[in-house]
Amino acid sequence: MHKRYWNNYQKEIAEDHYFYARSCIRQTFFSGSETAFLKMMTDELGKDIFDDSRQHTCTGIGYHSDIIPLETISTVIARLFSLMTEMGYENFVPSCITSFGILTEITELWHHRPDLLEKTRELLYKATKREFNVPKNIAHPCDIIYKFREDLKKNMKYQLVNKDTGEPLKIVEHIGCHYAKAFPDRGVGGAEFPHVLVGMIESWGGSVIDYPERRHCCGFGFRNYLVQANRGYSLSNSNKKLESMAPYEPDFIVANCPGCTMFLDRWQYTVAEMEGITYDKHGHGIPVLTYEEMAGLLLGYNPWELGLQIHQIQCEPLLDKIGIAYSPEDKYKDAYGKQLFPPQKPNNLIV
Amino acid sequence: MNTFDSIIIGAGPAGLKAADTLANFNRKVLLIDTDAKIGGKLNLWDRLFPDFSSSQELLNQLSKNINNENVTLKLNTNIISIKNNDNHWMATDSNGNTFYATTMIIATGFDVFDAHRKEEYGYGIYKNVITSVDLEKILSGEVSIETPSKVAFIQCVGSRDEKVGNNFCSKNCCICAVKQTIELKEKFPLTDIYCFYMDLRMFGQSYEELYRRSQQDYGVNFVRGRVSEISPTMDNKVVLKAEDTLLSRPLKLTADLVVLMVGMEASKGTKILGNQLNINNTDGFVKSTDRYLSDSETTLKGLFVTGTSKRQMSIPETMNDAVNAAVIVNNFLNTL
Repeated sequence: MHKRYWNNYQKEIAEDHYFYARSCIRQTFFSGSETAFLKMMTDELGKDIFDDSRQHTCTGIGYHSDIIPLETISTVIARLFSLMTEMGYENFVPSCITSFGILTEITELWHHRPDLLEKTRELLYKATKREFNVPKNIAHPCDIIYKFREDLKKNMKYQLVNKDTGEPLKIVEHIGCHYAKAFPDRGVGGAEFPHVLVGMIESWGGSVIDYPERRHCCGFGFRNYLVQANRGYSLSNSNKKLESMAPYEPDFIVANCPGCTMFLDRWQYTVAEMEGITYDKHGHGIPVLTYEEMAGLLLGYNPWELGLQIHQIQCEPLLDKIGIAYSPEDKYKDAYGKQLFPPQKPNNLIV
Repeated sequence: MNTFDSIIIGAGPAGLKAADTLANFNRKVLLIDTDAKIGGKLNLWDRLFPDFSSSQELLNQLSKNINNENVTLKLNTNIISIKNNDNHWMATDSNGNTFYATTMIIATGFDVFDAHRKEEYGYGIYKNVITSVDLEKILSGEVSIETPSKVAFIQCVGSRDEKVGNNFCSKNCCICAVKQTIELKEKFPLTDIYCFYMDLRMFGQSYEELYRRSQQDYGVNFVRGRVSEISPTMDNKVVLKAEDTLLSRPLKLTADLVVLMVGMEASKGTKILGNQLNINNTDGFVKSTDRYLSDSETTLKGLFVTGTSKRQMSIPETMNDAVNAAVIVNNFLNTL
């Protein structure tokens, strides 16, 4: 039993020399994740990765709201590639899973429609006098961390293990739709049971929960949230998912998509305020981490530099469970050590 | 030199019936199969639709019919290459043995769809997700299980499914599921059975009647809707998510056992030989010269094809097709 058809499927992930493209929304929601990733790449793994200050949107939010024409998306993507080409890179690494999905889709489209690629070259040149090469490799940062998970493990100070019981932490992994659902062969392990986060969790000592709504939408769904009248759908989808995982008592959720991480975290506050329900026994909610935050914590990075204090569900119970050292008094200090006002406390969720 | 009138590759129902018919025409036949026993996929089923007759009894009869001096049977023989040389056909096995004949019949049949490929259904991942082939072992008593409270059948697993590259209908699964639901209900009368389908194609004689009986006499519930995924529950059951397309409502069903009605793909042997001789369709099955007028012939002189190497067929259709192929081969030999 436990034969999975795609289990051993490994996509091509470049070894080194990456051009990094940041996400529009991740820097706001998970302020330390991208910096932590760059630190892991350079300090832990000794890789060459370039973070270009001239980079811009991939049009993702507009694309999934049906307000951007195809030629525009294609040309905007081409400009990102032109930055990569100008800097002498061939491997593109977009931080956001939706950017990853769009880049994958557009390059696949160019592959099947060379006329569109030529038209895009023409449009970009007319608008900016820029030229570009199509990347040799497009990998998401979670692919790269997955690829080098054993190398990172050597530098890790902690494991995904409960320090009191010695048991593996029980973890829910959630994969963004745009990672492998459109193109299963672009995701490690395929689309139904992607292995990219599972591989990290299992390598680093944790166990993965298989629960009924594992593949259910996180609740974001773009139009579910972006169209205000639809937000009830967003909330009810997140609720369905959280209700389904709650009986398994997960220690935390890890996701590779900004939308998933955001909505599984923030809607817990909303449900707690509306219904008085939290999804753990003690009223704290289930922490939701990005994969960079998960890796960063195990590497011993400061939780407050990782930005965990700006999550809705607070991480201290999880840090205590793993035995991660942290300084409570530094939680709401800025980068210069100045004490900031602490946020307001919710009524029902314990923070 | 081993020379025969005809070499038949594949000793399933088609190969056996073709060998029997050619032997009756007093033709010397070499019947070859990779397996250690005859019968092919007939061995996987306990009873046959729509009359619940025993597959073993049918196999015994087919076996008896080929037991004569005109038929040479070679089992455990894997043919890896077929060639034509000066109007003679040569088949070479993986041990380097070569067999010669004036004609050759491809009867390499089908393979059951590998349900692991539909990962969303959890075959090989959740122990209570089985295939229709696995269920036959339960129905025959070879494997015993506790009485399930709810069982779900899912039709079209690996058929009519672009995602796995199979756009064809496997044709036999609808009626096979009806047969199996009735057998399961006879074995476990208190079990609730739900059968999820896209269409029910009861094309054969008395199939529709059996479908009616399964509902009226056995209380099997048929739900029109394709299951999207199967997930585990905490108490080791599984949850199916589907849409009831007649009610236009999504639904969930918790079941103790799920049976995947796996489809029929061109067998590995059919694909290899078809590719080698450049006589296969894009779906891997061997292409006959003309479906209406020369359905046993291929574009290569002296090379014939029969049964489920060509397309999905029921067992009676397969055997009738094999008789047809044998008559055509005999006529061809008469012209030489």
